Amino acid sequence: MNRRTALALLTAASLSLPAAAVAAGKYDDGASDTEIKIGNTNPYSGPASAYGQIGKTIAAYFNKVNEEGGINGRKINFVSLDDGYSPPKTKEQFRKLVESEKVLAIFQSLGTPTNSAVHAYMNREKVPQLFVATGATKWGDPENFPWTMGWQPNYQTEGRIYAAYIKKNMPNAKIAILYQNDDYGKDYVKGMKDGLGSMAGKMIVAEESYETTEPTIDSQIIKLKSSGADVFFNVTTPKFAAQAIRKIAELGWKPTHFLNNVSNSVGSVMNPAGADNGVGIISTFYTKDPTDPQWKDDAAYKTWSAFMDKYYPDGDKKSSFTVYGYSVAQTMVQALKQCGDDLTRANLMKQAASIKDLELGMLLPGIKVNTGPKDFFPIEQMQLAKFNGTSWELFGEILSGEAGS
Amino acid sequence: MELFLSQVFSGLATGAIYAAVALAVVMIFLAIDHFNFAQGEMAMFSTFVCWAMLDAGVPYWLAFVLTIVFAFGFGVVVERVLFRPLHAAPVLSHIIAFLGLFFILNNGAGWVWDFTIKPMASPFPEGSFGGLMSYHQVGMVGVVLLMLALLYLFFRFTSVGLAMRAAAQNPDSARLCGIPVGWMIALGWGMASAIGAVGGMLIAPVVFLEPNMMLGILLYGFAAAIVGGITNPAGAVAGGFMVGVLENLVGTYIPFVGSELKLTVALVLIIGVLMVKPSGLFGRTTVTRV
Amino acid sequence: MAAESEATGRAVDPMRRIAGLTAGGWRLAISAVLLLAAVALPFGLGSFETFQITLVLIYAIAILGLNILTGFNGQFSLGHSAFFAIGAYTAAIMIERFGVSSYLTIPVAGLFGFAAGFLFGFPALRLSGLYLALATFALSVATPQLLKYNHFEDFTGGVQGINLLKDSAPFDLPLSVDQWWYFVTLAVALFCFWMAHNLIRSRTGRAIMAIRDNPIAAATMGVNTALYKTLTFGVSALLTAVAGALSAIVVEYVAPDSFTFLLSVYFLIGLVVGGVGWIPGAVIGGAFVLYVPNLAEGISTGLAGVLFGVIILLVIYLMPSGASGLVRLAVTHLQRRFDQDNNKA
Repeated sequence: MNRRTALALLTAASLSLPAAAVAAGKYDDGASDTEIKIGNTNPYSGPASAYGQIGKTIAAYFNKVNEEGGINGRKINFVSLDDGYSPPKTKEQFRKLVESEKVLAIFQSLGTPTNSAVHAYMNREKVPQLFVATGATKWGDPENFPWTMGWQPNYQTEGRIYAAYIKKNMPNAKIAILYQNDDYGKDYVKGMKDGLGSMAGKMIVAEESYETTEPTIDSQIIKLKSSGADVFFNVTTPKFAAQAIRKIAELGWKPTHFLNNVSNSVGSVMNPAGADNGVGIISTFYTKDPTDPQWKDDAAYKTWSAFMDKYYPDGDKKSSFTVYGYSVAQTMVQALKQCGDDLTRANLMKQAASIKDLELGMLLPGIKVNTGPKDFFPIEQMQLAKFNGTSWELFGEILSGEAGS
Repeated sequence: MELFLSQVFSGLATGAIYAAVALAVVMIFLAIDHFNFAQGEMAMFSTFVCWAMLDAGVPYWLAFVLTIVFAFGFGVVVERVLFRPLHAAPVLSHIIAFLGLFFILNNGAGWVWDFTIKPMASPFPEGSFGGLMSYHQVGMVGVVLLMLALLYLFFRFTSVGLAMRAAAQNPDSARLCGIPVGWMIALGWGMASAIGAVGGMLIAPVVFLEPNMMLGILLYGFAAAIVGGITNPAGAVAGGFMVGVLENLVGTYIPFVGSELKLTVALVLIIGVLMVKPSGLFGRTTVTRV
Repeated sequence: MAAESEATGRAVDPMRRIAGLTAGGWRLAISAVLLLAAVALPFGLGSFETFQITLVLIYAIAILGLNILTGFNGQFSLGHSAFFAIGAYTAAIMIERFGVSSYLTIPVAGLFGFAAGFLFGFPALRLSGLYLALATFALSVATPQLLKYNHFEDFTGGVQGINLLKDSAPFDLPLSVDQWWYFVTLAVALFCFWMAHNLIRSRTGRAIMAIRDNPIAAATMGVNTALYKTLTFGVSALLTAVAGALSAIVVEYVAPDSFTFLLSVYFLIGLVVGGVGWIPGAVIGGAFVLYVPNLAEGISTGLAGVLFGVIILLVIYLMPSGASGLVRLAVTHLQRRFDQDNNKA
């Protein structure tokens, strides 16, 4: 536990005391005087396996917490199962976790189709589905789905941020979009269109999609280039983002390039694509990029780095996934701490929805986690950044979007 | 016109990828009269071996050659250990065994090397010919054609090549002629695996190396082999280029297909060609004796 | 189970008695015990386990469909996930968009599946063995993309898929939702297995198997091979689509990502594990593809795929004819033991 988080914890506790001091030891399934059982599903096999790193990082972080005494004296028992990114498999694993393993809550299950398959089930069973690892907007709907909450800034918000930037700085832009043909890709496109408003029809001159099973996206890029666009909005996952960046350089096309947050990792996208090819690309951030030299002496970065060395030595320290897993695990620990001895599902949701100004070491300075009974979007702030060939340079102020809320 | 040209060249470049895989598909078919659904994974695995050597500081061409040797040995071992015992089993058992191998290699590679993408070094310089094709892609076309020429020479002018064809087409008669049929099959596996590895090493710099890189490509490789004729290496290479170009042009100029249905193009091609001309555009019709 | 002897061509003396029962009597007795166990099962298990067994039955129906095609007619398919998807989407769209009763959607899904399978059977006619495997491989890889296709989005929900809610037990039956749907699935499964059993024993069934064993001879004998092959494809797809419809209802969600190439692979593995050309094997195959990956995961999360692959290879080597071979072996062994005991006496 680093100092900043500890401080944030103090602030948070003082702001949201009421529920913390209930009679000792109120428990639902999965919680006891000695243990808190948390479930999780991640794609450890199948096409989305790269994300499995997130689950592993979370497990490592909970090990650390347990070694340091646990949460209010209770150890976290983290049960993480493989869903293979398959919706039916996810349903099976969720039911196993809830009905067989009897977990208190399911935390950070990954993927939009997978979480969609259990969305209704979790809300019917009234089991928290907390801080899901997807940026779809539908996870922040406390009225209809009070047991589900997202975590990261949602894709639509990010799309709006780019749209606002384009409208302000390049009002005559002609935009070409490449997106992955799934909910994630379409959410970004929707955010961009909503952000552009009535201008969308005129400004967006070409849209192309791709499937993750396709070998290359060269053909799509060529098509987009031929549309005469001068802005390129790149809504792709790491492998295809790297391909796109390189292909654009190869073609000698020089659009203003907006790259979605999903794929702005220096280690796993920008360097493989050829760092020179990425100069000038604009993206958004809410976490610190671990490869960025400006954080080299940052205390929080050092804490993270030490954690990785000790608890997850196999983990990739250049990947944004490990930073993500670390930060989201800290958020969960905060929510559990706020629960005090009232470890009921209702109270866990209540506490998760009353996180105030929580600062996590690896979030950008100034970006805070905030939730409320009607605000199920924990992180809603981002900052724009431009790639200089070796690292991302943040610019402008911290922005917040308000999609969906 | 510029769009058309760009798409054609880009199609040729992607076609080289398919052609490389199609060559391996044809090779194994010539050796065992069968498709190997784990072919792509074997190529991926060998490519990772190459990547690991490069990562450890081995010079490129040395790693390249060592990988080919490794892949050849790997193919032979897989045949001897896994498929030899199954030679009398029904075709379905073979398919399941291929799938078992698929799981093992895919997950094994992910376990050892992780699922994040890795940049793979290219032996060719950076840059491109007027944005139409990068040097690497041109080099790749060259290597594919070179492999094709070598294969042609092998089958046409060496006695081993002839023996291998005999062993695949009529094992019993071949055995009577004194051809060690079992070893011919193993040799075929080794060569297919080596060709796949060369393909993998050339493909990875384009699509980036990761354990799942080959599934989609294998489908196109099959399509290419089918279009060109499954018993004809030259046909398969031509098929690869055709599929690459066709896919791009259909995706660009036929609106309801667009980029959304590009995979379906491969499906339609496979079924279409198999229906109309089962031996492929350049294949010979084989007559089965009853 | 008579198909067993027909499939192997081994003559069983119908009147031979073992422990006072004929072979047929034994079959009846074993079936009765199994059926009783199947009915009692959900009352002894938690709701999650009941849900899992329901999934096993659903897989079993799908694998049965594949078995009809591959085991009895000799046509390969790596593309049955497509027919499963057709069934699932038919059910989901009818329930969600048109408010049709869930129960009604199951036979309709079967009809759609039959039509699709019958149509696919025509190109399949021209593809023998491996080529068919290849074409169906392409079909299953392309299926998710087709399901996402923009122009059908109003119906299919596109990439978002369709959420469903399964009905609870009617008539105030004292059953939980999971138990109720277990029994619905069990009833459908029994019906499907009974129909398949009868089909294989019928004249049609003999024609279907004759085509597998020797297509040219079958044709000479006057069997319309083209018709029977396409029909078999249709029936096979029908069963798999029924399974798909049940899966949509039981899982309460359909999305393109649910019907990947992997699903087809699982069907095929289940088929081979259960025993090609042995009808009850489908249940064993269904249990295998549901439980073994979980088992592998329990041993090691990181290496689950490798373990699964190794297990598949072991199955192929150690029991090449799948569970059917094991069962047959056990039966023969028991018979011999019995005979020996008799001789001693």
